[in-house]
Amino acid sequence: MQTLKQYLEEHPFFKGIKPHHLENILGCATSVQFDAGQYILREGEEANNFYIIILGKVTLEIFTPDRGPINIQTIGEGEVLGWSWLIPPYHWHYDARAIELTRAIALDGKCLRNKCEEDHDLGYELLKRFTHIITSRLEATRLQLLDVYGVH
Amino acid sequence: MVFIEESYTMTNVIPQPMIPEPFRIRRMLKETHDTYTIELESTNGADGFPFSAGQFNMLYVFGVGEVPISISGNPEKPQSLFHTARFVGNVTKAMFKLRRGDVLGIRGPFGSHWPVDEAVGNDVVIVAGGIGLAPLRPALYNFISHREKYGKIILLYGARTPEDLLYKRELEQWRGRFDLEVNVIVDSTTGIWRGNVGVVTTLIPEIQFDPLHTTAMICGPEVMMRYTVKELQNCGVKNENIYVSMERNMKCGICLCGHCQLGSKFVCKDGPVFCYDHIKELFGKREI
Ligand SMILES: Cc1cc2nc3c(=O)[nH]c(=O)nc-3n(C[C@H](O)[C@H](O)[C@H](O)COP(=O)(O)OP(=O)(O)OC[C@H]3O[C@@H](n4cnc5c(N)ncnc54)[C@H](O)[C@@H]3O)c2cc1C
Ligand code: FES
Repeated sequence: MQTLKQYLEEHPFFKGIKPHHLENILGCATSVQFDAGQYILREGEEANNFYIIILGKVTLEIFTPDRGPINIQTIGEGEVLGWSWLIPPYHWHYDARAIELTRAIALDGKCLRNKCEEDHDLGYELLKRFTHIITSRLEATRLQLLDVYGVH
Repeated sequence: MVFIEESYTMTNVIPQPMIPEPFRIRRMLKETHDTYTIELESTNGADGFPFSAGQFNMLYVFGVGEVPISISGNPEKPQSLFHTARFVGNVTKAMFKLRRGDVLGIRGPFGSHWPVDEAVGNDVVIVAGGIGLAPLRPALYNFISHREKYGKIILLYGARTPEDLLYKRELEQWRGRFDLEVNVIVDSTTGIWRGNVGVVTTLIPEIQFDPLHTTAMICGPEVMMRYTVKELQNCGVKNENIYVSMERNMKCGICLCGHCQLGSKFVCKDGPVFCYDHIKELFGKREI
């Protein structure tokens, strides 16, 4: 049975992080599990956590009145769900729903924000990692918008 | 790594490459709302149509026009000739009005092929987008039939929606094999879809392979191929081990008319399959 610390150490998001930063982060971590179909977060709600996905798959959805929920991205093992806890006003921009049994580590955003304020090195380290995720998702979104497989 | 460009064109062995051979439609198989697979048989009693994975034919709809379409069948079962085509314009739309027993003109096979022999001993990463799976299917048949010769075989396939996926039954079968890794992703979906959503390039960092001993084969819209090459390079795959299939408008198919020119290359003769290292300066350039 792996400990929370081992999971975090082995997760790609935390690869190469300094041990004392990991110890700090660990203080804000809890293990969580979601059943298939269960909503993890809802658009507009306060963004208090982010999730390190250990196992399973999560879909990000936008609800539209005419077409219902549109699935815009899936996030799976080795990936990270949610960055709105970092950016004021700290509200979720999408719904996120587990599409299969999903195990994750939830990191308390408020707790982490406080630790980042106290230790700017930790804040910078996390920001670098999130910036990487945000830019690659932005690139992917642009490709999706291009609708490359459509007839033009 | 031996580059096989010029030597793997087959135009020089076709006696009369400008004269279409009549082929009869044996079956039209609906793949999606706008894509069909056509199975053809020779009308002159020839017992097969030898080709290499990645090559294409010029398909002539009599009285309408001629279009280049990749061969999508199994190179080891040349008794039937398969093409998977999406109807987008004049010729392809007319093609799908044809029925079983109707006749099409075929010229080919033309062009270069996927480096299935050069990939022996390597991991193989196949990245297909949309209709791009059609030219790659013959290569997949080859890898499956000679499975022991290769390391990992990974197929990453992206489509617009789940309804736009080609070869759904075969995809299921391939997914069920323990010696193939098949990851499918769609751009968006509203229905019940338990698979991945996003762009095909996002699957690349998630797969495990040996980048220094990997041959990558990519076919899809050019912009998708551009980003796929970038991701593969980020993972450490060498340019000389990345192959792409290019599309350009064609007329003659045998390097006479100049329609398909891509810089100093001709897609009908030097391509459509190119080693990325040999066209990297032309890739993604405007107005070539
Ligand atoms: C080497 C090679 C292999 C090919 N293999 C295949 C294949 O296996 N299956 C297949 O379906 N197609 C394939 N194509 C593309 C195919 O040749 C074209 O779709 C076809 O020529 C279109 O002819 P058309 O007369 O039906 O359309 P046109 O009347 O020429 O075009 C009508 C409209 O369709 C758009 N259009 C044309 N071509 C494309 C395209 N490729 N993608 C999106 N929109 C397009 C045009 O911009 C235009 O708006 C291949 C092309 C090449 C060069
Ligand atoms: S199609 Fe005529 S030169 Fe290539």
